Amino acid sequence: MHPKRKQKLFIILGLMTLAALAIGLTLYALRSNINLFFSPVQVAAGEAPVNRTLRAGGMVKENSVARDADSLDVTFVITDYVEDLEVRYSGILPDLFREGQGVVVVGKLDGEGHLMASEVLAKHDENYMPREVADALKAAGYSPADYSSAGGDSAPKAGSASDAAY
Amino acid sequence: MWAFIHKVGSPKWFYAISGRLLPWCWILAVGLILVGSLWGLAFAPADYQQGDSFRIIYVHVPAAFLAQSIFVSMAVAALVFMVWKIKVADMAAAVMAPLGAVMTFVALFTGSVWGMPTWGTWWIWDARLTSMLILLFLYLGVIALRGAFASRDSGSRAASVLAMVGVINIPVIKYSVDWWYTLHQKASFSITSRPSMPVEMWWPLLLMVVGFYAFFIAMTLMRTRSEILRREAGKHWVRELAAGGA
Repeated sequence: MHPKRKQKLFIILGLMTLAALAIGLTLYALRSNINLFFSPVQVAAGEAPVNRTLRAGGMVKENSVARDADSLDVTFVITDYVEDLEVRYSGILPDLFREGQGVVVVGKLDGEGHLMASEVLAKHDENYMPREVADALKAAGYSPADYSSAGGDSAPKAGSASDAAY
Repeated sequence: MWAFIHKVGSPKWFYAISGRLLPWCWILAVGLILVGSLWGLAFAPADYQQGDSFRIIYVHVPAAFLAQSIFVSMAVAALVFMVWKIKVADMAAAVMAPLGAVMTFVALFTGSVWGMPTWGTWWIWDARLTSMLILLFLYLGVIALRGAFASRDSGSRAASVLAMVGVINIPVIKYSVDWWYTLHQKASFSITSRPSMPVEMWWPLLLMVVGFYAFFIAMTLMRTRSEILRREAGKHWVRELAAGGA
């Protein structure tokens, strides 16, 4: 290789490394701002601000959804399987909202640890399955989530949020 | 090795060899995309949770793959141009940028269309969506920078530098869903790990991804060939070609 070209290659690679380092450190410093939502563990630890709009994320706890008979009011609990957070919401929920599903909730924390939600977004995992397969799994006594987690690393993110937070 | 690079880098040689490869790339691209989209959109089973809206994956994932791969290819071409002064590499980088921008836009657009019914929102500033939007702006910046100079060589060099620096965004896009909490789910399609869906859903996706790559190669070869003719219009071999072809 021509020495001049070699020198040029090293200069370019060096500059790219420096730029990557700068961007990497910036992203690392901003990591808490880049995270889309607080996990229930973070809320319980008091990391989330009270009375300011924030996002919280987790799985909708089984048997926790209670709908008001006369209005659109609904309360449910989101969990990361370590801590729980009660959510109160009035409005239309997305199609994918159901117990055991990951959600991201936009709202404000009141003083008593309830989240007054203004928006509920459904999170879905990276696994897809035909309806017949899901039905067959259910008939056999498994949930589609069991099938997904049999792969090992593919558990829904919100569920494993607690260990990712640290 | 260096002799080989310079041989590929000669516009005349590249023009000849790409002309022979081009039809095969087109056949592969059109065939795979036709079969893949018919299979994916009409015959693959619907998802148990999302129903038919999950079929957007057959456009969304290949477009997002290409958006990132094209940027990496462009950066590699830019590096080859900057270090070895190979003109064909610069031409290839120049013609890749618009296709990459279009693919990024397609990925963002189909993502919005998909997000509305499933997530309940068409846009959210999470790490994956935001880094993808930055990729679109990088593409537009590369295209604009190339045209912003009076001399073509200055434009080429400026665009090359931006492409090489901008490539840092690619790992950020790829790992955004692992590094941070995002609304976007993790990757569904990977060559290296177990498919996250049954084979009757996975096969059409594979065909679409390979088809999109073939389309990218075909488009790049075709447009680089016309770029060669445009830039080398005064050269002897091009005049001979024009005289012989006419």
